[in-house]
Amino acid sequence: MSSVLYDTPGPRAKRRNILYTIGFLAVLALAGWWVLAALNEKHQLDADKWSPFVTDSQVWTTYLVPGLMETLKAAALSILIALPLGALLGIGRLSDHRWVRVPVGAVVEFFRAIPVLLLMMFASQLYREFTTVSSDFRPLYAVVTGLVLYNASVIAEVVRAGVLSLPRGQGDAAVALGMRKGQSMLYVLLPQAVTVMLPALVSQLVVIVKDTALGGALLGFGELLSQNRQITANYGANTIATLVVIALIYIVLNFVLTTFASRLEKRLRQGKKTAAVTIPAQAGATDAVKKAVSDA
Amino acid sequence: MFDFLDSGQYDLLGAFWVTAKLALYSAIGSLIWGTALVAMRVSPVPLMRAFGTAYVNIVRNTPLTVVIVACLLGLNQTLLITLGGQRSEDIGFRLAVLGLIAYTGTFVCEALRSGINTVPPGQAEAARALGMSFTQVLTLVVLPQAFRAAVTPLANVLIALTKNTTVAAAIGAAEAAFLMKEMIENEADALFAVFAVFAFGFIALTLPTGLILGWAAKRLAVKR
Repeated sequence: MSSVLYDTPGPRAKRRNILYTIGFLAVLALAGWWVLAALNEKHQLDADKWSPFVTDSQVWTTYLVPGLMETLKAAALSILIALPLGALLGIGRLSDHRWVRVPVGAVVEFFRAIPVLLLMMFASQLYREFTTVSSDFRPLYAVVTGLVLYNASVIAEVVRAGVLSLPRGQGDAAVALGMRKGQSMLYVLLPQAVTVMLPALVSQLVVIVKDTALGGALLGFGELLSQNRQITANYGANTIATLVVIALIYIVLNFVLTTFASRLEKRLRQGKKTAAVTIPAQAGATDAVKKAVSDA
Repeated sequence: MFDFLDSGQYDLLGAFWVTAKLALYSAIGSLIWGTALVAMRVSPVPLMRAFGTAYVNIVRNTPLTVVIVACLLGLNQTLLITLGGQRSEDIGFRLAVLGLIAYTGTFVCEALRSGINTVPPGQAEAARALGMSFTQVLTLVVLPQAFRAAVTPLANVLIALTKNTTVAAAIGAAEAAFLMKEMIENEADALFAVFAVFAFGFIALTLPTGLILGWAAKRLAVKR
């Protein structure tokens, strides 16, 4: 364990590090003990407040799983609608025509600058006043609308950055082959940009999952977090236990997505490195030789 | 269409002032907390590194709404922490600042870590060759350069923080989103005007931040 920031610890540094470890552990233990003691005093640590999550499958089948399904439904709908919309906006921002580029840019910047909660509340009221969407579905519609408007503009920026990150020669080559602008974008630039964009898109999915909780807290959307009220009402005020379980579900879900995103990023970067290395003629030749030898 | 502005019934400026205060206090707090976290994550003490990594991974993957609601239900209603606030609005405001610091600190930590990665290893090696301790290497040589390189990601965190202050409405802090919720219900016929006013307010808060810090990022960047 060494880093550029500090020398490999010698005997004195090792002793000092152990002292720091003990001190830090003591602070953590003190804070933890204080919280646990306070919770215990409020009877939040009693076994019967936590046991429903293990013994009673009803908590899961009636509250937590349906809540999680609503969360996932809203997140999936949002990303599915936001992806094509964002791609269109991103391509629009790259347009050669000023009358397309400027308004699209204004739309993207506008929706990126506004909190997603404001968009959700606006959409909710919009549906209430101008449509006949029943009040059961209105929260879902409002949450998805808010998330789509915000995330489409974020994805637009991701698409734009992805396309701009490609070597100029790609677009030039497409033009040299006689492709039209649309063809060059569709068949040459976008397919390559997608691989660059993938990690950012998966990370955006985490943001979407997290933002669905806003609908639960403020718009009466029946997602995972909002189940907290129902469970504590039915299982004897086990606020802390319920919050911990709900938070854990979110953390596991998002942690899987985050890990997936960073894996993708690492793989892409490695892929690039090897690709960059194999471009010189010698490397390719030796590879070919090796392959020929192994084939023989 | 905009007559609700003159009615004197709604304290628009007051609400945005609360939003700005939320953003400012949380920004200062999360900058300090994020710096502490990044110091832990690169420190020679394994337990501190483990704590920093675990904290960032857990809190970053929790929705901010859950963090803020947990502040109210857990800290306030169960542990009876009021942070010295008397009225429920004050308590909501203070708890929201605490929740925003806990959440935003993780993003500040990540931004600073990417800043540390831009500092050439030779800088830290030279500092160590001069006999500096870890604390000296970090505070005198590495972090000052890391901060200058991290202005752009930190600006993005600040803009996101400003927008995230709206989540404080979930625990009744009297900020802009809380007022907007009340207004669009009362002034149903002026829905678009109300939305336009609040959208303009947030653009007025976030746009200058981005422009000023973008300019600062260019000026402060270490030329290599």
